[in-house]
Amino acid sequence: MDWGAIIENGLRAAFGLEAAYFALAAIGLNVHFGYTGLLNFGQAGFLAIGAYGMGISVTHFGTSLWVGILVSILAAVVFALLLGLPTLRLRADYLAIVTIASAEIVRLVFRSARFQPVTGGSAGLQNFAGEFYRINPYSPGRYRLEAIYNGALGPFDVVRGLLALALLWIVVDRLAPGRLPGSRRSPQAAAGEGREVIGVREMVLLVIAALILVAGLTPVSFTQNRMWILTVGWGLVVITSLLVFLLMRSPWGRVLKSIREDEDAARSLGKNVVSYKMQSLIFGGVIGSLGGLVFVIGNQSIQPDNFGTPITFFAYAALILGGTARVFGPIVGSMIFWALLSVAENGLQQARGAGYISNDLLTATQVGQLRFMLVGAGLMALMIFRPQGIFGNRREIDLSVRR
Amino acid sequence: MVAPGCLHSVGPHPVPTTPGPATQERTLRQRTAAHVILLLLATTFFAGTAGTASAQEDRSEGIRGTLTNEVDDEDVPVAGVEIAVVDADGAAIGDVTSGEDGSFSLDLPGPGEYTATLDVETLPEGIGLRDEDRASLTFSLTPGQNRPLNFFFGEDTRQRASTTDRVLQLTVEGIKLGLIIAITSVGLSLIYGTTGLTNFAHGELVTFGGLVAWYLNFQVGIPLVWAGLLAIAIGGGASGLLDRGLWRPLRKRGTGLIAMLVVSIGLSLLLRYLFLYQFGGRTRPFAEFGRQRQVDFLGLGLVGITPKDMVSIGLSVVVLVVVALLVTRTRMGKAMRAVADNPDLAASSGIDVQRVILLVWVVGGALAAFGGILVGLGEEVSWQMGFQLLLLMFAGITLGGLGTAFGALVGGFVIGLFINLSTLVVPTELKNVGALLVLAVVLLVRPQGILGRAERVG
Repeated sequence: MDWGAIIENGLRAAFGLEAAYFALAAIGLNVHFGYTGLLNFGQAGFLAIGAYGMGISVTHFGTSLWVGILVSILAAVVFALLLGLPTLRLRADYLAIVTIASAEIVRLVFRSARFQPVTGGSAGLQNFAGEFYRINPYSPGRYRLEAIYNGALGPFDVVRGLLALALLWIVVDRLAPGRLPGSRRSPQAAAGEGREVIGVREMVLLVIAALILVAGLTPVSFTQNRMWILTVGWGLVVITSLLVFLLMRSPWGRVLKSIREDEDAARSLGKNVVSYKMQSLIFGGVIGSLGGLVFVIGNQSIQPDNFGTPITFFAYAALILGGTARVFGPIVGSMIFWALLSVAENGLQQARGAGYISNDLLTATQVGQLRFMLVGAGLMALMIFRPQGIFGNRREIDLSVRR
Repeated sequence: MVAPGCLHSVGPHPVPTTPGPATQERTLRQRTAAHVILLLLATTFFAGTAGTASAQEDRSEGIRGTLTNEVDDEDVPVAGVEIAVVDADGAAIGDVTSGEDGSFSLDLPGPGEYTATLDVETLPEGIGLRDEDRASLTFSLTPGQNRPLNFFFGEDTRQRASTTDRVLQLTVEGIKLGLIIAITSVGLSLIYGTTGLTNFAHGELVTFGGLVAWYLNFQVGIPLVWAGLLAIAIGGGASGLLDRGLWRPLRKRGTGLIAMLVVSIGLSLLLRYLFLYQFGGRTRPFAEFGRQRQVDFLGLGLVGITPKDMVSIGLSVVVLVVVALLVTRTRMGKAMRAVADNPDLAASSGIDVQRVILLVWVVGGALAAFGGILVGLGEEVSWQMGFQLLLLMFAGITLGGLGTAFGALVGGFVIGLFINLSTLVVPTELKNVGALLVLAVVLLVRPQGILGRAERVG
């Protein structure tokens, strides 16, 4: 078994297109589910709307890509309004049923033969991303995540070094509160949390710091086009996360959280609960549609069946893994989720290739199915044993207090 | 039936070199078997078959394929059919006629966007395209690509039956589907009513019943009637075990309803792909009652119906009446309704709430398994037949009124009927869309459903 290749592919998956795509989808879900308590199970619909809004504008109406992106965002707003109007006044589970149904409607309509001239039917759409790659600032070639591999330090190494240092700082600050210069944590507050000496959070942070450093030693590399979409994708992840961070600290965000905690209390204080929920649905949905855009521009192809219901469940798994109602939860969750899936899949394939697992027991296609089973089992286990995920606050995520 | 219309129009997989036409067909079959997961729904849910691609080594760009029509599980070549190809600007590039073995191939001038149109007029009598909108396929060729094109055939629908006949026929189909939805969603609704759990894994109970019955019937060789009864018992038992092993401990821990909902989604994903892992991506028929000829219903010359559908409708009605009697007339049924109404009050009046909930799971699981067998009888058994039914079940119980037993019956029935009748107006592949839209409208107008009590749910 080639462990080097397994780790390399895992790292590639952690920084790859899917991870950025799901990070955006999960950030949107975090606004809905984590901060407002809305059970949106139709995120796949928002992703599809984002993808097709642009794709149809460009391929069918011949607009420029940038106009198409605006159309996508507007379409996501309209979709959120359509979803929200019948359901936001009702109990949480109605929204869950209607959103999952709507996402299926969207997919069925897009893949329908009746609208094939516009949507491309089940074959989907291609040839729309040219404008994006024409302004690619990366010159042709392969780009490694770092430069140590080439024997010289480069800009990526500085970024990586700073990231690893920041993570180490956070861990030390958690373990010895108040000792570091500039620390905002007081020893008393930490004692009040009654935390263990080194918890899941600290361990995960240490592993991530180590992996970020190790990434410099592996030959993980991307082409110039992939590099360009990844830069934009992760850039959007950072920007939207910053926006979520600022908004959730604002009075607006506090109303959302109060709706999550107790809708009636928020209403009794004179807040228009339905309106706030609608704004949250639109905000998170638009972030999701950006994710859909990043994914299809990166793949240069739109396939309707890429937006099935399992996608929404994957995004939930990533979100809950990272920690709901945490700014970094969806990002870290998505990266770890894809790295784990890649390691599991590659590990199983290699074990098959090396003959550790016989072909009767597990065929190549069954490895892909095993992947879905792992996600399902993981989602159950997380929800039962650690609903707060890696970074969440159990008290804040304790869903039993709702309803 | 509930399968969304998903035609696999243009095979995207590369084709290896294979020698000789005799071996071609066999290798292709094997390859198709291997690619079952890739083709997933595409190859499965249709009785007729695709024109499979014939393989040949060719460096230049072109299209190829074989036109076949499935008759009694055998692929019959469709010869003498003209296919015309135009480029992206609509300029004619060339045309080709399918040979005696149904195969066709055409060299195209180079990579680019093309549209191939099958001339429906040249089809032999009695054969039509399964989907009339798919006579034209638009595709793009990459350099050196020899692209397989698939056209799907089915019964000729060119001679349309009169509207009245179609309405009657669709009504019968709708009643059949409606009864299946009603039967499977009784459990879903009662589980919601008694525990508050929105069980997204309920569709997997349906699939489980269908798969167990198929296994007993096809693999073990037990007659379907007994295999079905056994499968219903096993389905009920498994469902009860699920409550004892998973949901009751979670309720004891005080896990929130939303957390449990997410757990049920994880369980649904786990089970569904476990079925796929074990069963494979193909749909399979039971050993008995395969293809039946339609007989004239009641001898009136109005509606054709197969004997198995008649039996299936009859059985469904009997089962639903029994369930209704159980819920209204027996002590246990009364206890169920009491728990659904107010668990705390029920507990304080001496009802063993956990036992009632367990019973609800067992009955719900058994009914779901029965529904799965009916689906397998009407269509075929597949790994995600229950999941495809799930959204319709949700639509049904929301329409009928969440948490009530009779609401599920009425709502499921109405949804099934509506879906089939809506195909008079909308394309068949979009029939589920209409049902789901109705769901949204009901929530706007009468959120408590047809039979639900008007109460504040916001």
